Amino acid sequence: MPLRMKINGEARELELDTRTTLLDALREHLQLTGTKKGCDHGQCGACTVIVNGERINSCLSLAVQHEGDEITTIEGLGTPGDLHPMQAAFVKHDGYQCGYCTPGQICSAVSVLKEIRNGVPSHVTDDLAGDIGLSNIELRERMSGNICRCGAYSNIAEAMTEVAEA
Amino acid sequence: MEFNAPAGQNLFDRAKIVGKSTPRIDGPLKVTGTAPYAAERHGVAANQAYGWIVGSAIAKGRIRSMDLDAARRAPGVIAIVAATEHEPVGTSDYNYAPLFGGNEVSHYHQAIAVVVAETFEQARSAAGLIGTEYDRVDGSFDLASSKDGAPLASEGGSDFAKLGKFEEAFAAAPVKVDETYTTPDESHAMMEPFATIAAWDGPDLTLWTSNQMIHWGKQAMASILGMPEENVRVDSPFIGGGFGGKLFVRADAVMAALGAKAANRPVKIAMQRPLMFNNGTHRHATIQRLRIGAERDGRITAIAHQNWSGNITQKEGENGTLQTPKLYAGANRLIENRIAQLDLPEGNAMRAPGEAAGHLALEVAMDELAEKLAMDPVELRILNDASGTVPGDPDTKISDRHLVRCLREGAERFGWSKRNAVPGQQRDGRWLTGMGVAAGYRAGPTTKSAARVRMSADGHVTVETDMTDIGTGSYTIIAQTAAETMGLPLESVTVKLGDSSFPVSSGSGGQWGAASSTAGVYAACVNLRRMIGEKLNFDADAANFADGRATLDNQSWRIADAGELTADGEMNYGDFKDGYDVGTYAGHFAEVRVDAYTGETHVTRMLAVCDAGRILNPLSARSQVIGGMVMAAGATLMEDLHVDKRFGFFVNHDLAGYEVPVHADIPHQECIFLDTLDPVISPMKAKGVGELGICGPGAAVANAIYNAIGVRVREYPVTLDKYLDRLPPAA
Repeated sequence: MPLRMKINGEARELELDTRTTLLDALREHLQLTGTKKGCDHGQCGACTVIVNGERINSCLSLAVQHEGDEITTIEGLGTPGDLHPMQAAFVKHDGYQCGYCTPGQICSAVSVLKEIRNGVPSHVTDDLAGDIGLSNIELRERMSGNICRCGAYSNIAEAMTEVAEA
Repeated sequence: MEFNAPAGQNLFDRAKIVGKSTPRIDGPLKVTGTAPYAAERHGVAANQAYGWIVGSAIAKGRIRSMDLDAARRAPGVIAIVAATEHEPVGTSDYNYAPLFGGNEVSHYHQAIAVVVAETFEQARSAAGLIGTEYDRVDGSFDLASSKDGAPLASEGGSDFAKLGKFEEAFAAAPVKVDETYTTPDESHAMMEPFATIAAWDGPDLTLWTSNQMIHWGKQAMASILGMPEENVRVDSPFIGGGFGGKLFVRADAVMAALGAKAANRPVKIAMQRPLMFNNGTHRHATIQRLRIGAERDGRITAIAHQNWSGNITQKEGENGTLQTPKLYAGANRLIENRIAQLDLPEGNAMRAPGEAAGHLALEVAMDELAEKLAMDPVELRILNDASGTVPGDPDTKISDRHLVRCLREGAERFGWSKRNAVPGQQRDGRWLTGMGVAAGYRAGPTTKSAARVRMSADGHVTVETDMTDIGTGSYTIIAQTAAETMGLPLESVTVKLGDSSFPVSSGSGGQWGAASSTAGVYAACVNLRRMIGEKLNFDADAANFADGRATLDNQSWRIADAGELTADGEMNYGDFKDGYDVGTYAGHFAEVRVDAYTGETHVTRMLAVCDAGRILNPLSARSQVIGGMVMAAGATLMEDLHVDKRFGFFVNHDLAGYEVPVHADIPHQECIFLDTLDPVISPMKAKGVGELGICGPGAAVANAIYNAIGVRVREYPVTLDKYLDRLPPAA
């Protein structure tokens, strides 16, 4: 089935099996392997990408659901020579170890700060009508769909706090 | 290079790069998604096909038949390799459960077929068309009912040891603890699944895979496939976590190699997550009985630690006793480690095998003893600290130990004096709060390790070694070591890892990697310095290397003037180390709050004070420790592979059912390194920390929960169903 998407600002055309997930379209067909497959079942968050401005688990949607969508992957945020501020903060605070969950963590982290700015409440938000503060627990609650088995959570929270306060 | 005596003063004592917090040199690749992990290396071999592994639906028995016709006719299918049509593959020194072949099934989700197809979706779909009939037989799946009569894992060494007269001393002790603790089966659950791209070129097999121990993997693959070792190449430059689960070749590599042979083209397999938990290895469940007897002043007079675990071949259990001969004094001692036969998937090393589970028992028993003595648990540990020789092995000297400092500095920093020793008394609104402490011990082993260093004409140095970086920070500490030894800035060093065509290193496991691999790189760099000295005519061993120059007696040489050079080196360790116990030590502190109404537990603070010799890169070493603390908190609070005792498998075999800590579970963590040096370990005087971080924090959390609620749970994990009905009155 033919499919057109805008990926990291670039128009891409693909011919895909209807069973192909957005994750496999990125990794196997477009060779954008920065987005990781950890579980393929929406349980780990390693496949997090930003679709039309919102983060999703790319393993949980079929590519053909994304006709015309704008997709930002980790490769679209920055490059080794030109890091996004969140990527630079992860390096500075050692917000990773093995690195496999890292692209998903970073895509989520960038989105979480935006969600808080936009007033989207979470499970731990006390006042649904007021401003949502950038508390440690507010960040952690929202990041909890991204598992890091190496256990870099404390450092990721620090990296996010630094970017949020910059 | 031979390391035959404790290190004296050397260049690392004046280090400018080693020992300084250094962001990972591979960091920019990892944060941009450009670090290549196994399954995503599209460029290494053209025309890659996709493999999908089928796992056995029974735990024990025989495959009666496999109907492969429909799958073979399915769209896109190129080849199917099925167990019923394939002799069992060979074994290696490193696997206990059979990896593939033949009709015999010895554990659930054992690989019984691989389907190779043009696309991932086609391979997965065709695999579902395979119809398998089994003759299932009963097996032994329950440790508790299999443990009676279980033999010692071995007659001596760490599996059975007596000192003095334990029974008499324990009977005579005025204060005693006699409790049994259980820890469940646990999974590594590393984020990157087992993954391999395999390609044949005539007799040569290349595996782009995810493996912690490259040389073991090369040897194992040769013996599994019955081919010469020199025809196997293994390459793992980036590894998405291992924790021991990737120490050995697994079914992904075997099935990719067999699938590639059958399909006559490269095959890529990333094992599907739901297969990982039963197909791979796991940390074995344990049952541990602790008996500790003490005088009324707290001095331990008798200590016995008995441990039971089970495994598929009745070999290599989870020896929870390992830290007990090391941590505390006491003249009368007994260690027993027994192992039952179980038909569950293979138990094998997971981060700090033995000690991680052992601390959950010993360090809670110490807390229970402190309470019976009405003594502060920090003071009880300090009173029974060991010095000079190992308490359970008085012929062995302790190399360098500062456990008391870890505990004292930790208590001070954590605000331990504010702890209420009476449990269940501290309230903060709806929360019951508590603090806990535990000591930590993990051995600091070294093993021989080699490297090659190449200097280019412009003085840039490239290090090549088959060492791996499993998130530990190997790239960076190796670059630091080479830069320091050669007197170059960090940017003038490139590090290449994980390729079996490079010199054989220690690999990554048992927290031996950092100390061993950097010592090997140091040895190679010393040889390169000598080659430079010979070329430019100066005594390299006497010269000082800095800023790209070597200086001696008011003379100076630009090292790049020596031209292109390549030096190999290997660090080997002399017998003198056999007389020493080289350990790493920690004081672990935790604070929790437990909802007085719902019993929900939150960890609010964690601190580790670590004594591990020179810390090569404090930034990444701290990450190792806090990562261990996260996994330890997981072990105490949630991690639990549930055994279906009827059918013999781990039920919760995915990342939704097997719960691990997430962001919300883990607070800000602190880690302090003491400024110690251990001259016995290596010229670097540096010990590993990757496993120290998981030895103790779990017990500190368990002790904090007890301090908060006054209910002692000895059956891990400490979930609220085990204490909710016994919480103190809420209002």
